[in-house]
Amino acid sequence: MNATAQPFQFVTAAYLTRIENQRAMTIAELLASLGQASDAAIFYHTFQTLGQHHFLTEGFSNDFAQWVLASLNQPTLAERLANIDIRDYVSIAELRADLRHIVAEFCDSYPKQADQSAFEPFYFCQTLEVTRPLPWDAKTLAGFRAGLERLSHASFYYHFVASRLRLQLRTNDFSHWFEQSLGLPELATRADRIDIYINTIDTARRELIELVDREIIQ
Amino acid sequence: MIATPETVPISLDHYVPLLGAAEIEELRTLAGPLEGCVVDMVNSTAVGGGVAEILMRLLPLARELGLDARWHVMEGGPEFYEITKAFHNALHGSVGNFRPSDFEIFLDYNRRNRARMPLDGRFVVIHDPQPAAFIETRPLAKKQTWIWRCHIDLSRPDPPVWNFLKPFVSRYDGAIFSSPEFSRQLPIPQYLFYPSIDPLSDKNRELDADYIEDVLVRFGIDPRRTILTQVSRFDRLKDPLGVLRAYRIVKRYFDCQLVLAGGGASDDPEGSAVLAEVREAAGNDPDVFILELPPSDPLEVNALQRGSTVVIQKSLREGFGLTVAEALWKKKPVVASAVGGIPTQVIHKHTGLLAHSVEGTAYQIRFLLAHPDIAQRLGEQGHEHVRENFLITGNLKRYLTLFLHEDR
Repeated sequence: MNATAQPFQFVTAAYLTRIENQRAMTIAELLASLGQASDAAIFYHTFQTLGQHHFLTEGFSNDFAQWVLASLNQPTLAERLANIDIRDYVSIAELRADLRHIVAEFCDSYPKQADQSAFEPFYFCQTLEVTRPLPWDAKTLAGFRAGLERLSHASFYYHFVASRLRLQLRTNDFSHWFEQSLGLPELATRADRIDIYINTIDTARRELIELVDREIIQ
Repeated sequence: MIATPETVPISLDHYVPLLGAAEIEELRTLAGPLEGCVVDMVNSTAVGGGVAEILMRLLPLARELGLDARWHVMEGGPEFYEITKAFHNALHGSVGNFRPSDFEIFLDYNRRNRARMPLDGRFVVIHDPQPAAFIETRPLAKKQTWIWRCHIDLSRPDPPVWNFLKPFVSRYDGAIFSSPEFSRQLPIPQYLFYPSIDPLSDKNRELDADYIEDVLVRFGIDPRRTILTQVSRFDRLKDPLGVLRAYRIVKRYFDCQLVLAGGGASDDPEGSAVLAEVREAAGNDPDVFILELPPSDPLEVNALQRGSTVVIQKSLREGFGLTVAEALWKKKPVVASAVGGIPTQVIHKHTGLLAHSVEGTAYQIRFLLAHPDIAQRLGEQGHEHVRENFLITGNLKRYLTLFLHEDR
């Protein structure tokens, strides 16, 4: 397989959590806070939390859904919030709008429940990201495979999940490189179909390695 | 003379079998730009207490990564420690009765200790309230970042003490809290660093099955029967009587034994009273084991946790509650109260089960005993949760990230 002129630069990412001076005790307050929270806070409670809880492969989606279920016992709203798939979003503004829409519908339909106090408040936090290039890159698919095996969970998450917002595309760093630099659009599509909600980072990585292996054999 | 405390020499390579080489390599990559960077850490005790335990193990790892991490310990007389103990309780919510001279003594010890410590590092991390006033003499000309690391729960502080400390805290470049719930409204950035456990410490490391069985048998516990365990000091806020009531409900449905293991009764009059109450309530039940263990015996606590079928943490109020992370690391199914930092560790129905009452606790235990496959899955997911979020290597990574962020 030929080497590409545009190597894939593996990066490591570390995330610092900053506590915001903002909290919600009811669903109505959550709705108000969703409008005021920073983009970094919406990112933290949706994208980032998936990385922190990647080992949960059944029913965990985002912090909002988890809080509505565990602290307010509102399974219907929790299910609707959990159904938000971050892979559908390339901007926080769109994601925020959809979250607000779902919560606002609930508040309109069930005003009493919207004012019910939670067992525990929802504390807004935000993510600060620090990245560093790793001391290896990939010019071929075989080199990519070797690099993939050396990635930490945070690095894999950075390239495979958080990348959508950075690229502003409905894809991930790996697929983007397969398609743009290696000219392998089918591999790109198959890689992007790996479901991060029902996989852990380790099983998602294994699936990706299998796809790459098959491509190398072909 | 400033004390230079002992640290525990454990290499990062020792963590590779537990975490994988990639996670350790990532730490080395992140630390690259911080090579030679001086970090001064200050706390009030070299031995005993959670902060000393953390620093003892954290600093050698930071040094291995190339940081020049230094540990300074305050020195104080009995009057200082009496006042800071009272401050500690007041910050946790007890109502204190302070004289103006108490605040003066506090400041006097801060100034005297500060004068003896050359805190000229790029980063200065001050742990807890005891040395918080060191910030008064921060050299403004020097490029430094001063961080206040608060290990205690500030959610309901006694106003006089918090009003005294807040102006000092507000002068730092940032503050670190163990949970969003423990933080205060402050004009400085506040960061979230979860408390952490060390998987290689005696309290958490892997143990031989034979040793676990020996410990259980030595205490008279039958390793072949179901064991429910709560490890906590004998304190009303840990609700040992509530645990006993929950056990009695469970016992109607399942044959089981209850272990209540903890220390803190011998040197604490309230602890002794609680221990006596628990013993009386347990009566002659041969399946209830009330064990007063010294904190110097972490291996026995480790063995009791590992030998348990279900671990309980039925606190009425809690700090972060790291005994939960200890149990989860050992892949134990946990039933715990939804208070303090516990819901961060026990994600309901994912990494354990939460309860809000004695009856709820009993129900969740019964559920786990009836569904061992679910109990096993919760334990395994709990282990992964701890690996990802509550280990000492994660704590180190958070410090590196904070320093890199500040150094931009």
